[in-house]
Amino acid sequence: MIPVCRLEDLPAGESVRIDTSPPIAVFNADGALYAIDDTCSHQDASLSEGWLEGCLVECPLHAASFDIRTGEPTCLPARRPVRTHEVAVIDGVVHVRPAAQEGSAA
Amino acid sequence: MRTVTVVGASLAGLYAARALRAQGFDGRLVIVGDEPHRPYDRPPLSKDFLTGATTEADLALADAEEETELAAEWLLGTRARGLDARGRTLLLDDGRTVATDGIVLATGARARTLPGTEGLAGVHTLRTLDDARALRAALGGPARRVVVIGGGFIGAETASSCVGLGHEVTVVEAAPLPLVPQLGPEMAGFCASLHGRAGAALITGVGVAGLHGRAAVTAVELADGRVLPADVVVVGIGAVPRTGWLAGSTLLVNDGVLCDDGCATTLPQVVAVGDVARVGGVRHEHWTSATEQPAVAVRNLLAGRTVEHVRPAPYFWSDQYGARIQFAGRRRDGDTLRIVEGSLEEGSFLCRYERGGTTTALLAVDRPRPFTRARRELARQAAGPVPTA
Ligand SMILES: Cc1cc2nc3c(=O)[nH]c(=O)nc-3n(C[C@H](O)[C@H](O)[C@H](O)COP(=O)(O)OP(=O)(O)OC[C@H]3O[C@@H](n4cnc5c(N)ncnc54)[C@H](O)[C@@H]3O)c2cc1C
Ligand code: FES
Repeated sequence: MIPVCRLEDLPAGESVRIDTSPPIAVFNADGALYAIDDTCSHQDASLSEGWLEGCLVECPLHAASFDIRTGEPTCLPARRPVRTHEVAVIDGVVHVRPAAQEGSAA
Repeated sequence: MRTVTVVGASLAGLYAARALRAQGFDGRLVIVGDEPHRPYDRPPLSKDFLTGATTEADLALADAEEETELAAEWLLGTRARGLDARGRTLLLDDGRTVATDGIVLATGARARTLPGTEGLAGVHTLRTLDDARALRAALGGPARRVVVIGGGFIGAETASSCVGLGHEVTVVEAAPLPLVPQLGPEMAGFCASLHGRAGAALITGVGVAGLHGRAAVTAVELADGRVLPADVVVVGIGAVPRTGWLAGSTLLVNDGVLCDDGCATTLPQVVAVGDVARVGGVRHEHWTSATEQPAVAVRNLLAGRTVEHVRPAPYFWSDQYGARIQFAGRRRDGDTLRIVEGSLEEGSFLCRYERGGTTTALLAVDRPRPFTRARRELARQAAGPVPTA
């Protein structure tokens, strides 16, 4: 698992981007943590820079919205989901386990 | 309404078709488009598509499944040539006619060309996929000398992509500074500086006298006599709304189809959306306007009168030289500027345009998060108190 930051450094309503390849965005949605691919499935924008409201994040470029629990888009222009990743808090530190890459041996 | 016809099979036309079905229209839906292609996205044409980072498949605006769901009759590669006075019969260029109860005009705009350059090889405009394919092919080989005529957004993005591909680039702009009408002098100055930093030359305040070359372009001659050798010339001097074919109709046209602020034209069963529409006195040439207007236009079309107005805070973005520029609102000359985050030196900032203490517009460079927050405030403020109906 990849350590991300201390839990207190990711308060409710905030997000952080980790420089994995591809990058991952971690959100604190009113106390619950979720991680998804950071790059919008529409074009090239960072979802960690988006607008978080409840469990929906709106892309900062063309306003596609994703459910951060499932990675599914809830409106256009995105039509494809982003991947979700497992998040855990270990000793007060947020960790992410990146989902296996499609096509790679997992 | 039993039949609705959408003229223009691109961004605004597709969103109109979607809106019609989403709002319960289950009659016959005809979509007429003169390009042979299924709807595709234009913004990447000057950016990632030109550099090769994006493929043609990535440009598609809808997938096969969605197109099936729309249950539309697609008349692609077919140009609409005329509309009768009552706006009930559409004439197509192959002589066929379409009788219709409602019409959504979404014919967009075409690239303005430089008179006298037609047929000269090496001279390009950038509006369509075919344009972009041709330009990409011209830029595919070894380093060329590229002259971009026009320093607006599309010119600047194209110049940026050409620099990225390793070409030697000069941008020529007739005005003393590009983008002043859009951004005001200070911020236009910042954007102009991006060219030089990336290694592109920017020549301003001088027009183009003509192009040299017999079969293929060899140089661009400026009004002051300077001659810039060129292998490839990209003409980026703006777009003209495609309204010519409406000449025989009774619609009012003046730099776009005149509409009220609900996209309704002077004929009750005809609405206009996207780059071709002058909505409430303003014609936007922005992707987001072309995606937001259709739902409103279709609601008004189906209601038979204007029951809803479009969002009053326009938005666009541009990517050049690695900088993401985002703009929202309506700037006017004389607005004061306030940089509220970052700085010009850093090359990353959020700036507010203000008048009498209220924000009129926002500009951000590489500050998507604070920009989004400020843009929401601006939209709320522009919309005024939310009606409680
Ligand atoms: C290279 C490029 C880069 C851009 N970058 C950005 C950007 O970064 N940000 C931004 O906000 N906006 C950008 N835009 C603008 C954005 O793409 C347009 O606002 C948008 O495409 C408008 O959509 P539309 O459907 O109204 O018109 P269009 O996309 O122009 O589509 C109109 C369609 O109608 C067809 N048509 C025209 N006349 C007829 C006829 N008589 N019969 C049948 N069919 C007809 C045309 O062939 C075309 O397919 C860019 C545009 C271009 C060209
Ligand atoms: S890049 Fe996210 S909506 Fe377009």
